[in-house]
Amino acid sequence: MGIKWDEFFVTGDPLIFASQIGIALTLVGALAGITYFKKWNYLWSEWFTTVDHKKIGIMYILLGVVMFLRGGIDGLMMKGQTAVPENDFLNAQHYNEVFTTHGVIMILFVAMPLLIGLMNFVIPLQIGARDVAFPQLNALSFWLTVSGAALFNISFIIGGSPDAGWTSYFPLAGKEFSPGIGNNFYAVALQIAGAGTLMTGINFVVTVLKMRTKGMTLMKMPMFTWTSFITSIIIVASFPIFTVALALMTFDRTFGTHFFTISGGGMDMLWANLFWLWGHPEVYIVVLPAFGMLSDIISTFARKTLYGYKSMVISIVMISVLSMLVWVHHFFTMGNSAGVNSFFSITTMAIAIPTGVKVFNWLFTMRKGRIKFTTAMFWALAFVPNFVIGGVTGVMLAMAAADYQYHNTLFLVAHFHYVLIPGVVFPIFAGLYFWWPKMFGYMLNEKIGKWHFWLFVVGFNVTFMPMFFLGLDGAVRRAYTYSAETGFGPLMMISAVGSVILAAGFAALVYNIYWSARNADRNIGNDPWDARTLEWATATPVQHYNFASLPEVTKLDAFWHMKKNDQLQPLTEDEIEEIHLPSNTWIPIYMGVVFGISGFLLVFEWTIAAGIAALGILAGLAFRSFDYDEGFHVHKDEIFETESNWRKGANKGVKNHVS
Amino acid sequence: MSAKVNAALPLEYQTEQNRMNILGFWVFLGAEIVLFATLFGVYGVLDERYAGGPTQKDIFIVKDVMIQTFLLLTSSFTMGISIFEMRRSNMKGMLMWLVFTLLLGGGFLFMEIREFMHYVHEGAAMQTSAFLSSFFVLLGTHGLHVTIGIGWAILLIIQILQRGLTPVTARKAFIFGLYWHFLDVVWIFIFTFVYLQGLVM
Repeated sequence: MGIKWDEFFVTGDPLIFASQIGIALTLVGALAGITYFKKWNYLWSEWFTTVDHKKIGIMYILLGVVMFLRGGIDGLMMKGQTAVPENDFLNAQHYNEVFTTHGVIMILFVAMPLLIGLMNFVIPLQIGARDVAFPQLNALSFWLTVSGAALFNISFIIGGSPDAGWTSYFPLAGKEFSPGIGNNFYAVALQIAGAGTLMTGINFVVTVLKMRTKGMTLMKMPMFTWTSFITSIIIVASFPIFTVALALMTFDRTFGTHFFTISGGGMDMLWANLFWLWGHPEVYIVVLPAFGMLSDIISTFARKTLYGYKSMVISIVMISVLSMLVWVHHFFTMGNSAGVNSFFSITTMAIAIPTGVKVFNWLFTMRKGRIKFTTAMFWALAFVPNFVIGGVTGVMLAMAAADYQYHNTLFLVAHFHYVLIPGVVFPIFAGLYFWWPKMFGYMLNEKIGKWHFWLFVVGFNVTFMPMFFLGLDGAVRRAYTYSAETGFGPLMMISAVGSVILAAGFAALVYNIYWSARNADRNIGNDPWDARTLEWATATPVQHYNFASLPEVTKLDAFWHMKKNDQLQPLTEDEIEEIHLPSNTWIPIYMGVVFGISGFLLVFEWTIAAGIAALGILAGLAFRSFDYDEGFHVHKDEIFETESNWRKGANKGVKNHVS
Repeated sequence: MSAKVNAALPLEYQTEQNRMNILGFWVFLGAEIVLFATLFGVYGVLDERYAGGPTQKDIFIVKDVMIQTFLLLTSSFTMGISIFEMRRSNMKGMLMWLVFTLLLGGGFLFMEIREFMHYVHEGAAMQTSAFLSSFFVLLGTHGLHVTIGIGWAILLIIQILQRGLTPVTARKAFIFGLYWHFLDVVWIFIFTFVYLQGLVM
């Protein structure tokens, strides 16, 4: 066992060599820059050791955006390779690695961090709380996610990337057919990040159950809180399955067991079942919070209470139950009996019912509303038709007999991109435009935002619409090239052009962030959208203790009713009490580092060294156990000063941003 | 983190943060149930795939398994008494029963490691067959939980000796109790679905 030193760095490919140099230079540059501008202390005390849910949320979002760049470049490389027949831009092995990392990164290190980041920032504010239930655990979740992401990302310069697809099916992903260590990176990095996600799930279940402000019953919660709550439950119910699957993968690959191998009595289909028992609920883990954000955004900009609130709640609960009962539809063609396939066909189609209810609820919310066409609302509007295309093709795929035609073709790839991009990425963009002022105290520019919107939506459709037809014509997924005689060339070229437009849209977002950070108006008040939920009732950007006195809620859309009924009382000095907050802690980032080191050693199958490094993990747990830090109290004077500052300035000379 | 104390409740439930921690641990146990259920499922799929290697009947030793079961079930009982003593504010009794619990847990662990070594010696290792892979990983995961539990309880005993019974230490002890009982429940399933079923297969 063990990997030879000469295999440590990936060599031989000019693209990778260039990235190695690029990464080294960027790292050195970043470290030198931070040192030169003397920012280490600021970073350490304000960000790395923070337990503030708002800052953790922002760091999650930053991680998601950076990973989006990485995953997006992977996507562009694939599109570049397949743009013309018989292309030799990427070889077969490199292409395998690129589509594998693209899938893993986009799902686990883009969609998840962006959604969990928004959840972190918004949920405590929406329920009128001062933080999540377990602030230190929250920081640990974040640093484990970073640790997993870092470990996964170094694979392409050190040791080699995983290359068995994001599903990593056995026997392909086993030692026999993938002898390199690439798939160890998959098993270990996702294990670490997954542990972080599981803790997030537990944290938010308890936060929503126990920390809602006075008067906010379950049925008065904003929809984003509802969907995040249900998502957290799905996380708790499904991530342990992935934990086991990945652990068994590690055992098979590193310790020679026979869970999924062909020899020794192992069963490769066991992996497929375990993977999708987690993998399908995972789809709903990313899509449900996105639905919640859309619900809040649509009701804000349609200026109406959400239509069918109760049916919305019932639908998400139904979706969460059904999400656990459909996993076999990912392998209809892999030797199940007709009875089994029929059962899973029906459960899969049943998901269209609650989802359809939700779509109609959004439409009816907009009906007769006075819609404000902000960039956030643009994303929400574009979501509906695009997502419906994804949904309808999903029902087509759900028919087991028909699936024998679609299976493993680009039709499927087009389908899930039509679900995940309009269903997750559009809402995330909507959420970023919507909550950006709350996070940073300025708005993203609406004009550049529209550029971002149009480029991205048009690019998305030009990229993925041709893939439906390519798939129906028989183009298989994950094939690195094709011959000219297939006739795929023109549509593939259109798709590649679309991906460039898509990338330009993303570039417009990055430029928008840069432009707005420099030029945007800082005098926007605490409620620039004339919004409905509690996060807009406090200062912008939010002061570290969130609320000076916890708000009391009597209705759904609490803040809206407070505004309409003139119930927003000025805060008087004698109402202010000292606020207790948890202290910063170094343990979470330390845990991220030791998990990363131990995981790295395990990837290289240096098991003894990994074991020794794991003692550092135990040490971290012990430190935490003996940590009796009681937190600190924010002094009354400080609260009074902060509160009078923003309340005095609030709405003074503020333009109405939504008329 | 609210400092408000409700003295009418048992010590471990008195603060809001404690109540949240206990609920959070229950949710964590829910995740643990899924984890073990998956491992049991894997074992259920692979338990007759011997690949020419030994079967359950060839390797299981009933007497040793009974001793392990007796040790672990008793430790769950003593854990219960320990929390009972904690509720009576009897720190000395609480610690005494907690130490008993750990000794019984240590005894269980000793027997389990001996059992594993015996199996490997007999040529029934993790790498031998799918059945043995799933057997060792299922039982090993449980054994690892017991090991972590013992380390955890030792840290807890030190803290209780340092600080006495406070809402925080009481909550930590109570949560450890939940964890320990949970491991006992898992063992009952292992005893039934691995050992008993294996002997009649």
